[in-house]
Amino acid sequence: MVNSGSDLTGLTAHEAQELLASGKVSSVELTEAVLARVDEVEPQINSYITVTRAEALAAATRADEARSAGNVEGPLSGIPVMVKDNLSTEGVPTTAGSKILLGYTPPYDAHVVSQLRSGGAVIIGKGNLDEFAMGSSTEHSAFGETHNPWDTDRVPGGSSGGPAAGVAASECFISLGSDTGGSIRQPAALCGIVGMKPTYGLVSRYGLIAFGSSLDQIGPFSRDVRDTADTLSVISGHDRRDSTSINAPGQDFSSALTGDISGMRLGVPREYLVDGMEPGVKATFEKSLETLEGLGATLEEVSLPLTDQALAVYYIIAPSEASANLARFDGFKYGNAVNDVPTAWDVMDQTREQGFGPEVKRRILIGAYALSAGYYDAYYKKAQQVRTLIIREFAETFEKFDALVTPTSPTVAFKAGDRMDDPVAMYLSDVCTIPVNIAGLPAISVPGGMSEDLPVGLQFIGPQLGDGTVLRVAHAYEQATEWHGLKPAI
Amino acid sequence: MADELTTPDLTADDVRHIAALTRLGLTDNEVEAMRGQLSSILKVFESLQQVDTEGVEPTGHTTEVRTVLREDEAAESLPREGILKNAPDSEAGYVKVRPVLG
Repeated sequence: MVNSGSDLTGLTAHEAQELLASGKVSSVELTEAVLARVDEVEPQINSYITVTRAEALAAATRADEARSAGNVEGPLSGIPVMVKDNLSTEGVPTTAGSKILLGYTPPYDAHVVSQLRSGGAVIIGKGNLDEFAMGSSTEHSAFGETHNPWDTDRVPGGSSGGPAAGVAASECFISLGSDTGGSIRQPAALCGIVGMKPTYGLVSRYGLIAFGSSLDQIGPFSRDVRDTADTLSVISGHDRRDSTSINAPGQDFSSALTGDISGMRLGVPREYLVDGMEPGVKATFEKSLETLEGLGATLEEVSLPLTDQALAVYYIIAPSEASANLARFDGFKYGNAVNDVPTAWDVMDQTREQGFGPEVKRRILIGAYALSAGYYDAYYKKAQQVRTLIIREFAETFEKFDALVTPTSPTVAFKAGDRMDDPVAMYLSDVCTIPVNIAGLPAISVPGGMSEDLPVGLQFIGPQLGDGTVLRVAHAYEQATEWHGLKPAI
Repeated sequence: MADELTTPDLTADDVRHIAALTRLGLTDNEVEAMRGQLSSILKVFESLQQVDTEGVEPTGHTTEVRTVLREDEAAESLPREGILKNAPDSEAGYVKVRPVLG
């Protein structure tokens, strides 16, 4: 042993992998250290819904055995990882943060979970989230809110608040989240870590409990860009069980991390510097632009006028898809049903009334309204048409630029409770991240500075399948700054 | 500009109608809270009417992948037991539901 437990848990996954490779630490020791850390901080953070202690130690033992037999499966072999609780795990309860799924245990693994397991990763447990991934603060979880490790009176962002806070508080090395309108990047920004939404179709959604199927994408959280690149290499690739999975061979994304961005053309879309952006966030962003120029990138302001319409497009399309996807929670097939009522219709009405929380109900109703007779053309079809125009606007912009750079969130982490009574204010949390999902683009948030002693995120957006490009520029920026090394005092 | 769509303030009956379409029971208090919140969310959508979408094709999803076909090969399904274990009620290998006709 070279490190005490607390030193071990704060490492990046690739640093921990070096210790495993050199035999200085075993996966069982690493896992025990992480579990001890979980016990220590969970009362304050609540990033896990379920901790799978016994299964984790068994997986760590297998990883150690594989290593002694000379079979190291890859960069995550023996590394403790958390997965968001809307990713199906065989034999382990999966709740999507909802009471309606209490008692549900999936009979199969999500594709990404299989990929983690075959890569030798040690799954520590299931991360907290806004119910069905609908929210920007993780306050809409039926299992209690998650707290931001930098200030526990503040939210971690959402909907993947558990996976983000867990990485920030050293309760795991890596985690997986899902991002429908910013649910990976916004919490990564608010918790001071790296979070990436890959190109739509790069990572199979098989086994992800669906929210907005044309927008949902799974991606990693980590403490540096190298770990995100390594994790993306493990979880991406074609899977025929997801009919939108891109049929291309797997890639090693770490090869994109050249450290060199001289001559790279970066666009700065002025519409992302929205009214209501905090001055501290704006000042931090401007300093980041200077850093990028110092690295030899060419920066130029650009206008994407349709950005202002993205929020409306999103809050029609995502709830419409959600109202259809959540029809499967009828009280017949799985979960927590109200069954002692006269008819099947009563089972549906009452199971859904008691099982869904207020935000999920709001979105189901909005979606059903937008899809209903008489309103379909004005809302849903109109939103899909504007979506086409937003995709075109991005495509034209990427003829001139390799990537775009924006703030990830207009504000730092806000106080718990601040936006709970005002859905529209909560929705504005995602104004800088939503356009990316509408167009299916890859984007990453990296730590980009501090404001009021809280982390600020910097977002890089690439063209479709430009995942390597956003990783490259994010990595070069990260290596030129100190922000990714900062940790909360907890 | 907004001639095509003047955003209505929803009535309680509107909310009850949509709730019935989605088989979502709501208490009277929820109906009232949702009425106000849904109306303010619908106002956010008004801005879309300013965008000229004449002749623009709608986008359903963003990849070029279309109508994926595969070989028709027999394969193992998920185990019946694992599925039924999750059902609130089952009998003789089937999911059991309450009467549809009350």
